[in-house]
Amino acid sequence: MKAVRSMILVSNDPESIVRGSEKIFTAFQQELQHYGLTDEVSLSMVSDLGYSFASPLVLIYPEAVVYGPINPTDVPFIVEEHLYKGRIVEEKRAPAHELSGRVAWLSARKGTLPAENRVVLKNVGLIDPESIDDYIAHDGYQALGIAVQKTPDEVISIIKESGLQGRGGAGFPTGIKWGYVNKTYGDKKYVVCNADESEPGTFKDRVVLEGDPHAIIEAMLIAAFAVGADEGYIYIRGEYQLAIDRVETAIKQAKEYGLLGEKIFDSNLSFKLHVHAGAGAYICGEETALIESIEGKRGEPRSRPPYPTTNGLWGKPTLVNNVETLANIPAIIRNGADWYRTLGTPSSPGTKVYTVLGNVNVTGLIEVPMGITLREVVSIYAKGMKTGSFKLAQTGGSSGSIIPASLQDTPMDFESFKKAGVSLGSGALLICDDEVCIVDLAKVLLNFFRVESCGKCTPCRIGTKRAYDLLIDISQGRGTLENLEELLTLNQEMLELSNCGLGQTAGVPLRDMLNYFRAEVEAHIRLGVCPTGVCPMGIS
Amino acid sequence: MPSDTMNEETIFGVREIVKRIGATRADLIPVLQAITNEIGFISPTAMEELSTLMNLPTKEINSVATFYRMLSTQPRGRHVVQFCESAPCHVVGGREVFAALKQALALEPGQTSPDNKWTFLTTSCLGVCGIGPVMLIDTDMYGNVTPEQVNQILGRYE
Repeated sequence: MKAVRSMILVSNDPESIVRGSEKIFTAFQQELQHYGLTDEVSLSMVSDLGYSFASPLVLIYPEAVVYGPINPTDVPFIVEEHLYKGRIVEEKRAPAHELSGRVAWLSARKGTLPAENRVVLKNVGLIDPESIDDYIAHDGYQALGIAVQKTPDEVISIIKESGLQGRGGAGFPTGIKWGYVNKTYGDKKYVVCNADESEPGTFKDRVVLEGDPHAIIEAMLIAAFAVGADEGYIYIRGEYQLAIDRVETAIKQAKEYGLLGEKIFDSNLSFKLHVHAGAGAYICGEETALIESIEGKRGEPRSRPPYPTTNGLWGKPTLVNNVETLANIPAIIRNGADWYRTLGTPSSPGTKVYTVLGNVNVTGLIEVPMGITLREVVSIYAKGMKTGSFKLAQTGGSSGSIIPASLQDTPMDFESFKKAGVSLGSGALLICDDEVCIVDLAKVLLNFFRVESCGKCTPCRIGTKRAYDLLIDISQGRGTLENLEELLTLNQEMLELSNCGLGQTAGVPLRDMLNYFRAEVEAHIRLGVCPTGVCPMGIS
Repeated sequence: MPSDTMNEETIFGVREIVKRIGATRADLIPVLQAITNEIGFISPTAMEELSTLMNLPTKEINSVATFYRMLSTQPRGRHVVQFCESAPCHVVGGREVFAALKQALALEPGQTSPDNKWTFLTTSCLGVCGIGPVMLIDTDMYGNVTPEQVNQILGRYE
């Protein structure tokens, strides 16, 4: 890498693109040329820098100054003052009290702000995602080199000892899954990366793929070595065009460097990697539906067992891991299982990436140790409620739980949440204030399942439709108390009888609504009013 | 009723796409996606041609084509407006934007305007929830949309 005196990073996630980051990039190019600084200052587009409220933003190193939100017209002044004259442009800095993410992490090393612990997002926003050299300069492909000098069993025991659990929502121990695929006899095995991230409110995987695509390729290579696979697929949802482009570029570069292909690092590992773009179906995030979809069929989940670990893609043993899960792998191999266990809680080691959304001051992405509480997230990282007071949080997209204020201090890890009867889900934290009506929210959530149900099995297809209709009735003032019992029965039936996770969890919002907010629901029925004034009511 | 030349163009287009992408079962979804993007929609003619080229029953192709949201078996308007109806957009003002959008387009979700300019669809989460409410017109994403902006945004499209 060329030595430069300053480094400019322009945020280029879809949100910044919408707000004109491309023009800002061009403006910087022109101004750097104008001042003759092109040899001294490097300029890169990077992915999400972690604070969408201030995008498009620009991060200038070595000072680590964040400017944002900025216009192309601000660029000449910033270049002249900061890069030419060496004076920080105070008035264009992103407001300090609102900062989280990367800058919080940078400042944390000075001991001033609450820390994020970045493992999964270590490189995101710091490296040029379209440069394999940049990735290699940041310890990239080192873990693969370490792994191929061990035996597959040794690699699997490191992952087992680390206690890493699947980050797609279910929390299944990753090392054990790898062990199953390794132990299954097969002349051909596959490794599949599940990047069909479609849970509403979740976009952590997109940011990893856009910001650090080589980390996923490296992790899949390590997984392939451990389980004995020689071919893999990254299934990316079709709406994530930028992520698809970045991963395709990364695959091309890895091939050129001999990191994909035959006899990688002179070991016995050979690996071919393909990108499969989804075509718009939430259900394809379910691993067997995803496999059906790669095979060119309707994305309808298979009956399990047999599980993909024995009968997966084209009937062969297949390892399916989520993006965030895989992004942990290189760091674990490099630093060891003991290091990983120093993060998080004893039952759920490591970090978790959350998307913080809703009625809070700062929305965006954070990576924090497992076991942090909701109250901490809202007050420290989201900088408090924007409007009203905290009423509830909805975790993990639609299949997560509704967390009432009474559970704000429960540590967010797999075990504690399970004990409290709620689930962590995929990492979305939709924070709602007291203006949000619980019936209206449940209606939106159930509508999602009604639309996205694949229709293969009856309990889910009919159950989601029936529950949605009942919620419409309640929201329009036609509800009865018997309806509430029917909703609970529907939840139970969908849970017990549905074929896959979609139907099994579709009723969770109903259950949580009646568990924690029954009085508010009954007000719609007994008093004929919506306490928050959101529901139309009175339509007969 | 499509004219013969339209059918010929479709058949030619489908053949080119299959030549480029492939004719195995695993190629079916990428092929259908390319047909939607490049030809506009997957017509009965396109399905029949695919059935011959890929050696699959049309019923099987139809069942896949109608399963995925990004594949279309119906002609769409010149511009496709997709509004996110998932919870994160809903709680930050999505309801009001949705109402404004319906009024401005004078369409219900799923409909295409008589002048063939607009097709209005609702969609599940688009994964840019940090800037909700979000809507997508063709491939242009609009975030932090307010009801007042709706007419102005729509006005950008011919």
